[in-house]
Amino acid sequence: MSTDVLTPPAEPGTPAGPRRAARARRRIDWGRWYTWAVLAWLFLPIVFMAAFSFNDPAGRHNVTWQGFTLHWYQNAFAYPELNEAMFNSVSIALLTMLVSGVLGTLLGLALGRFTFRGKQLTNLVMFAAISAPEVVLGAALLSTFLMMGVTTGYWTTVVAHVMFCVSFVAITVRARVITLDPQLEEAAQDLGAGPWTTFRLVTLPMLFPAVMAGGLLAFALSIDDYIITTFVSGDVTTFPLWIWGTTRVGIPPQVNVMGTLLFLVGVVLAVANIVMARRRR
Amino acid sequence: MATSTTSPTPEAPPATEPAANRPAITLNGVVKAFRSGSETVRAVDGVDLAIEAGEFFSLLGPSGCGKTTTMRMIAGFEEPTEGTVLLEGKDVTGVAANHRDVNMVFQSYALFPHMSVADNVAFGLRRRRVPKDQIRTRVAEMLDLVELGHRAKHRPTQLSGGQQQRVALARALVNQPSALLLDEPLGALDLKLRQSMQVELKRIQREVGITFVYVTHDQGEALTMSDRIAVMNEGRVEQLGTPAEIYERPATRFVADFIGTSNLVRGVVKGRAGDHWKVEVADGATALVAELPDTVTTGAHIHLTVRPEKMRIGTDAPGTDVSRVPGTVTETVYMGSSTHYQVDIGGGEEVTVYQQNASGSTLVAQRGESVWLSWRPEHSYALSS
Repeated sequence: MSTDVLTPPAEPGTPAGPRRAARARRRIDWGRWYTWAVLAWLFLPIVFMAAFSFNDPAGRHNVTWQGFTLHWYQNAFAYPELNEAMFNSVSIALLTMLVSGVLGTLLGLALGRFTFRGKQLTNLVMFAAISAPEVVLGAALLSTFLMMGVTTGYWTTVVAHVMFCVSFVAITVRARVITLDPQLEEAAQDLGAGPWTTFRLVTLPMLFPAVMAGGLLAFALSIDDYIITTFVSGDVTTFPLWIWGTTRVGIPPQVNVMGTLLFLVGVVLAVANIVMARRRR
Repeated sequence: MATSTTSPTPEAPPATEPAANRPAITLNGVVKAFRSGSETVRAVDGVDLAIEAGEFFSLLGPSGCGKTTTMRMIAGFEEPTEGTVLLEGKDVTGVAANHRDVNMVFQSYALFPHMSVADNVAFGLRRRRVPKDQIRTRVAEMLDLVELGHRAKHRPTQLSGGQQQRVALARALVNQPSALLLDEPLGALDLKLRQSMQVELKRIQREVGITFVYVTHDQGEALTMSDRIAVMNEGRVEQLGTPAEIYERPATRFVADFIGTSNLVRGVVKGRAGDHWKVEVADGATALVAELPDTVTTGAHIHLTVRPEKMRIGTDAPGTDVSRVPGTVTETVYMGSSTHYQVDIGGGEEVTVYQQNASGSTLVAQRGESVWLSWRPEHSYALSS
């Protein structure tokens, strides 16, 4: 009787029930291992970067683990040129995010909602801007600026960054526009809203997560761009350019510190975007 | 409110009528042509309608018949290629949707997902700059009317389909439009909910007294709720009338086919017999018809229509004062409250008969048995093609 309580008789329909469950328990869950492997592959370099910001290197090269120190965080801003490069990078990235965010949203809206002359051409140009090798784009931009007699520097860098980021924003926004119910805008109009009010109160709020995602993408693309920036930045130095310049003499651990801080800011922004999108729903 | 609407003749109201009795919506020769490739498709092909104030009016037809396009021209989302649209006697052709005094309930509800239920309902009032305290009371009243007062702070996505439907209704009605346009609003709901919403819609319409224009492809829905129905096909109005007129006396073959089940019987006009016309149907049987169109003369080939529930089925020969057709039962289907018989009447024609199961569950006739079908002269009509 006590055995009955512990192991109830197998259901007549499923005689192999318990045995099958045991086999399933022993089977390796490849999906889970694969997921962890991909995550490790993605995050290991970042972990190393962050770890070496705490390293106490023996010589000029911060490549082997020696010991733990907070020295570099205390002296994070010891190199004035590095600070300036960092400031340039962040301000260029913010401007790029803003300008390509606005232009990309309008472009994405036009491509997702309307049919117009040259729509296919616009799609093609956008795709070309994404897929063209950066070296080619950089060289082409440089010769364009030279032929137009524009002195390369801070603003040419912003223009160049907007140029290659705007397509990413436009594609992100277009994807969202296509899934929007066109009846939403008609409903707003039906309830007395003019075109501008409809855009402000209905269309833009619905597109906002995509606009935000596209803007963050533009920020991320801009702040770590090296190839195009070398061509068009003139004598302005950005963060990636400065690091490249110091590789021959040894990268100071402050670079790891700034990289880690930058990564943390990115994580915070991304999490904020997700939280806001979830609350919106 | 809609007592005079049963009149089949579209005569204009006399000048002594007060201005409020003007039709809420008038369509004059409205045409909408769309360009598709090199062809132009006339989605709406000459529609004239006068929808009375306070009426529950349905546009009924299969998909692609032009009913939705017609409604979108009333709302202002489409401009007619030809003809004019009048709201309360004022020509609004060419006026944008946001300047028209009609509101629409969309098929997908189109609730703003980033706003609360109360903000959705308040949207129209805010656009018209109604004072804040007035907005609050009117929104609360309207949400009570649709029994969603307790859901005011929720997001639309947190509500069930039926509740979203009622929010959409409240959002439109709160503006007290001169007419409410409903585009297949119950299409996405399951059968039970749809039936209770039909009753609910009718109740709300009675309470607010606003003109409802209802687009649907569901004939049952249109018959249950409407004061008048315009049956549309291929961009034209096939028939306009009360549900009873449309059901009892379909004007065309399309209407007879589309509304309910109808038996179509081919026949040859043989001449008059007293008050009725004699029509030879099937293999020499005689049908009596109360009236025929003026254009029909002796010897003409016509189509008669008889509703299945108007036919009597029995084994005894009926009298000569009714249409009488012999036949053979080919199928019986027990439906609970009634039994459906398929009867072969010869000449390659088969008809359906509904018999109420009022006196027990015994069948009138089994499969393969010979029977007599009969119906009164006023229950069959000749159809114009």
